[in-house]
Amino acid sequence: MRAFAVLLDRLAFTPSRNAKLVLLADHLRSTLDPDRGWALAALTGALSFSAAKPAIIRSAAEARIDPQLFALSYDYVGDLAETVALAWPVRPGANREPDLSQVVDALLTASKHEVPKLLEGWLDAMDADGRWALLKLMTGALRVGVSARLAKQALADFGGVPVEQIEEVWHSQHPPYVDLFAWLEGRSERPSPNAPARFRPVMLAQAIDEATDFARYDAQDYAAEWKWDGVRVQAVNEGGRRALYSRTGDDIGKAFPDVLESLGFEGVIDGELLVMHGHTIGGFGDLQQRLNRKTPDAALMGKHPAGIRAYDLLMDGDEDLREQPFSARRGRLEKLVARAANPRLDLSPLVAFPDWEALAGIRADPPAGDPQLSEGLMLKRLDSPYVAGRPKGLWFKWKRDPHLVDAVLMYAQRGHGKRSGFYSDYTFGVWREDSNGDRVLVPVGKAYFGFTDEELKQLDKYVRDHTIDRFGPVRSIRADMQSGLVLEIAFEGLQRSTRHKSGVAMRFPRVNRIRWDKPSREADELATLEALLSALARPARGLSGNS
Amino acid sequence: MKLKPQALLCPRPAGLYCPPGDFYIDPTRPVDRAVITHGHADHARAGHGVVAATPETLAIMAVRYGEDFAGRVEPLRYGETIERGGVDVTLVPAGHILGSAQAVLRWKGMTIVVSGDYKRRADPTCAPFEPIACDVFVTEATFGLPVFRHPPDSDEIAKLIKSLEQFPQRTHIVGAYALGKAQRIIRLLRQAGHDQVIYTHGAMARLDELYTGFGVDLGPLAPATVEKKAAFEGAVVIAPPSALEGTWVRRFADPVPCFASGWMRVKARARQRHVELPLIISDHADWDELTNTISEVRPEELWVTHGAEEALLRWSALNDIPAKALAIVGYEDEDDD
Ligand SMILES: [Zn+2]
Ligand SMILES: [Zn+2]
Repeated sequence: MRAFAVLLDRLAFTPSRNAKLVLLADHLRSTLDPDRGWALAALTGALSFSAAKPAIIRSAAEARIDPQLFALSYDYVGDLAETVALAWPVRPGANREPDLSQVVDALLTASKHEVPKLLEGWLDAMDADGRWALLKLMTGALRVGVSARLAKQALADFGGVPVEQIEEVWHSQHPPYVDLFAWLEGRSERPSPNAPARFRPVMLAQAIDEATDFARYDAQDYAAEWKWDGVRVQAVNEGGRRALYSRTGDDIGKAFPDVLESLGFEGVIDGELLVMHGHTIGGFGDLQQRLNRKTPDAALMGKHPAGIRAYDLLMDGDEDLREQPFSARRGRLEKLVARAANPRLDLSPLVAFPDWEALAGIRADPPAGDPQLSEGLMLKRLDSPYVAGRPKGLWFKWKRDPHLVDAVLMYAQRGHGKRSGFYSDYTFGVWREDSNGDRVLVPVGKAYFGFTDEELKQLDKYVRDHTIDRFGPVRSIRADMQSGLVLEIAFEGLQRSTRHKSGVAMRFPRVNRIRWDKPSREADELATLEALLSALARPARGLSGNS
Repeated sequence: MKLKPQALLCPRPAGLYCPPGDFYIDPTRPVDRAVITHGHADHARAGHGVVAATPETLAIMAVRYGEDFAGRVEPLRYGETIERGGVDVTLVPAGHILGSAQAVLRWKGMTIVVSGDYKRRADPTCAPFEPIACDVFVTEATFGLPVFRHPPDSDEIAKLIKSLEQFPQRTHIVGAYALGKAQRIIRLLRQAGHDQVIYTHGAMARLDELYTGFGVDLGPLAPATVEKKAAFEGAVVIAPPSALEGTWVRRFADPVPCFASGWMRVKARARQRHVELPLIISDHADWDELTNTISEVRPEELWVTHGAEEALLRWSALNDIPAKALAIVGYEDEDDD
């Protein structure tokens, strides 16, 4: 348990992805089976213990700690598990500290009334870090920033194999992943990926380089499609089992029973998960509401019905098509979608174009209907096999130009890692009228990239020279009608948000340009963003574009 | 009738005052006669008339404020006693930093111990705390909450050394208070076998020299100046905590910000300071050290000078020890700087 506790504590304070990978791979190397596998499962949220409840933790603490001292402690720390972990008065003569696997085994099998006794014994046997890890493990609230994706990358680093190979076998493996480690340590063959309805690693596109790629590649060799603003998914129906995976192989089927129900075919489809009203799609904000809910109710599904817009076929029945060219797969996909005849499953249309220049025109001015909600275009080489990873020259994404807004810098936060000592995370706002009719700034987003190292230095200096208040690592910057720094912010999309005071949330905001020349009072109004929001949320209905 | 302890020691605006001896202990403003427990700035101020303190504390004050920091100094070694208006004053080790002392006042059969700041665990840079049985024990309560239980120093130093192995390209900058904590961290690293050059911030060079002069072996040190950029890779740099927040850290590529303080026990505190490697190392007694010390010296009465007194008063009530908070203004907490 100690090694796991140390890892958890370290991860909790490590912001950088690379540093997290170092810590994880190190842990996998220095810890034995089955503890390391259970650690991985715990970190990625693959474990849950139904008999362990926060109330048990609270009553254990109340039985051992003076209520007034406990209240003072909880008040200071602000987190129940952490308070108990720190303030727990150890009874002398405790048992040996348990291994993680002992704790997991016991919790998986214990009944509700056995847990308190187990808990008390463990709390006595561990130090504060161990107790914290235990309590967070029990309540399933580790939250140390390790996604399944990151865990798979750590496994790949640990075993020296491409991450796609991990993804391919991941779904046939279960905690504590003993076979997986045996393979990665060269002690056995690669485990069979042939679990029913398993995930296949996906093929990704490169960003196109407009300056060089169009001269290099022939338009005749490529097909074009709209790049939909949803979630890339892999929909599987094999041997009577259905599954819906994210592009990194996370099973998201539970959140989309309406989509699972629509998979009336045998095979594996690659496509975009979207909110679909008939064959007209909703905006990303609608989809976000579905993504936020782990198990949706009928009302939400009725309001935002989800479906799949298919663009590739990996398996047709039990026939693997991945070696075949895109054009052949596309033909098979069209037939399959037609056969399925399901309103929740449609086909992403191909966009016809004679040459790159014409395609550029279509991209700049998409036809009415769904394409106006797209993020741009995808280019796929007609003879490309379906290759896992991001192969060169086969698939390209050609995004639309971003939206731009002029906003005023309001707060700045210190960065870490290579940006230590610099204020590098910027919160910016736009103008609106308050109830007194005064113009005030309301924060609309946060950006921490898009600028050069030289610009970072200039921004940092501006922050230091114009600080009016400080809260921990955050500085409040002078920003009013007379003084303030305007940042031209580029962003990909906009959604309504109840969590932001402004009521809007941007997707992928970044600093496009620093407008040293522009007076703060001339920055944009919230009304501008609201107008854009309305335009994005209500696409012209009833027209189906060029599909 | 029994003598009231207030006759021997009482709080005044300038600090704790001893009427029969006519002197203050750690006064927060200039006075004629002062007894100083240790060299931290909130306890040891410049501008007093006569200052009695350990030779180490006097040396620290001279480094910080210049040789003329007081009208006259009276060096008082540990265990030595001087008499002031019938009051016997003895300094005994407090285990807080080099030269730190508890002031023991004896008068008409009554003993009051003013602990200053103290801790109980071993510290290779100073003499260990000596418990003195007393009628009134005057304690600090910086970490007077049951959540503050500092782990063994060796565990924390092992964390740092492991991180140096895991991230050999990154500079580990340890924020540590310039007097006491910095030298203790260096010494602990040496004890753990770290024999490379340790780089230190300019603000602590003279204090490092002073410690070395008093026989604390700090091993090879060098100033963390910009010209040495390449040398910082994989090295330990010690700096005052405030330097971690300034532009000073830019000279290091992809540093790991570490902070050595008892406050690092609480995750929100560490997060608030953008610390990547919190090291829970403090020169102040933790909850167990405070309560064990009070149990050990078994005072008739407990006075709490500064810190989180509420929980300590509750503990005293549960343990039938009459206690009160003096709430002395002006003592800060160097662990948080
Ligand atoms: Zn002190
Ligand atoms: Zn102090």
